[in-house]
Amino acid sequence: MMEQIWVLIWTLLKIVAVVLPLVLTVAYLTYAERRIIGFMQGRMGPNRVGFFGFKAWGLGQPFADVVKLLLKEIVIPDRSSKFLFLLAPVISLGTAFAAWAVVPFSDSLVLADIDAGLVYILAMTSLGVYGVIIAGWASNSKYALLGAMRSAAQIISYELPMGFALVGVLVAAGTLNLKEIVWAQHGGLLHWFWLPLFPLFVIYYISGVAETNRAPFDVAEGESEIVAGFHVEYSGSAFALFFLAEYANMILVSLLTAIMFLGGWLSPFEGIDALQNSWLAQPHVFWLLTKSAIFLFLYLWLRATFPRYRYDQIMRLGWKVFIPITLVWILVVAVMKVFHIGWWFD
Amino acid sequence: MISDWIPVVLFYAFAGVLLASALAVITVRNSVYAALLLVLAFFSAAALWMLLEAEFLAITLVLVYVGAVMVLFLFVVMMLDVKSREKHALGGYGKVAIAVAVAMLLEMVMLFAGKLAAGLPETSLTRHAADYSNVRALAEELFTRYVFPFELAAVLLLVAIVAAILLTLRRRPDFKHLDPARQIAVKASDRMRVIKMPAEPQSSGDDK
Repeated sequence: MMEQIWVLIWTLLKIVAVVLPLVLTVAYLTYAERRIIGFMQGRMGPNRVGFFGFKAWGLGQPFADVVKLLLKEIVIPDRSSKFLFLLAPVISLGTAFAAWAVVPFSDSLVLADIDAGLVYILAMTSLGVYGVIIAGWASNSKYALLGAMRSAAQIISYELPMGFALVGVLVAAGTLNLKEIVWAQHGGLLHWFWLPLFPLFVIYYISGVAETNRAPFDVAEGESEIVAGFHVEYSGSAFALFFLAEYANMILVSLLTAIMFLGGWLSPFEGIDALQNSWLAQPHVFWLLTKSAIFLFLYLWLRATFPRYRYDQIMRLGWKVFIPITLVWILVVAVMKVFHIGWWFD
Repeated sequence: MISDWIPVVLFYAFAGVLLASALAVITVRNSVYAALLLVLAFFSAAALWMLLEAEFLAITLVLVYVGAVMVLFLFVVMMLDVKSREKHALGGYGKVAIAVAVAMLLEMVMLFAGKLAAGLPETSLTRHAADYSNVRALAEELFTRYVFPFELAAVLLLVAIVAAILLTLRRRPDFKHLDPARQIAVKASDRMRVIKMPAEPQSSGDDK
């Protein structure tokens, strides 16, 4: 009996050890976003709020934002469905966090090392759309409903190329277990899956951007047309939950891209003879975080650079460009795998 | 390691939620609530499968039914303006439905209490060790012993896809298509011409 309680407490502690750094990363991702986009557009970005009277380049900004959001009133619209209205942000955040349960950070740092990890991630990320749909419907607002409809259509459309890209990874690695997928890329920079699966790599990342409703795929909250889309009626901490979920999903997509296509925690210097015995060639969680940071930066870069897609362009890109390419490339990967073409499938 | 009562408690919790939500699906007035309750029912069913150590099937149930099918359902239900109409439970097809439900219940009782009862495990399931791969076991069965039924099911789905596309495809001669290739190829000079001309002499009347 005592032993089981300890297992529960230990598991809970492990969950906290994943979620707490995640929330902190989200907080500083918002700061990084505002600063980086500021620099890209020739502005300063937030640089005033610091700690104890020091400005510290505005590093205190995320905490000021959090306090502000938590202290604001939650306005519940008239004649809305109150229960669903308050449930929607919880669903958003819950599914966004649930997917993190199977993400491996290094060979030993993983919360739940399950065999169907890839399918689990796909299932959990596909549930996130409920938060958006329910929020849009429960708000009793035209703009919110329009945003929810756009978002739902977009997420369904981009789930397919995303899923097919993962099928390609599955064929190449021969397993659904995320840890084994990383080990299947063992052997250095040129053994990682980005090379044999290059079209799938690009499509996965772009679909990931679309799935998280980020610019240039953010028609779901297009300010100029539908104000802020599905979360137009939300304020205070309820809005903060949507915000948190969106950024947690961004980090998840970046991390998964690194895990599935860029060798996860494996070192890029692996296989170089001169460095073979130094720490540079050893697998470490540091490599994984660096690789994910690149994709997170790409998110911000895309947002600062591209104008928003038109709705029909989004649909065309998903259905007529990405899905055919992924279908063909799965076949190509299968042939390469069966006939051991290339050094990556030896 | 985990004692027997935890799975039992979880089973009854999920089974209770499953039954309650399934019942609510057919009794609740608002069709959006009905769809959401069906999602809850699917989710509880997936949790029950998880308790049976069928992780892959449970996750696939969530992925396919909750993540894809029900989203489309909700999508349509929200678009429709469904007024909650007063309906009598026994009117219309109500009686037929009850007859079908009773027949199905009887069949299931006969099947599980009679014929299959001998085949059911008496105490509990065979529990596998943590390194047992559910996915691998399923794949081995599916692609060796049941490969033809599996392929047949796939072909059936393909036929359904083709049929669905054919049924909804109609030619619309008046529909104006966009051609992205032509849109991209357009140059500014095709659309607008900047000309140089001397300024027109201002007329005295209309500048106010």
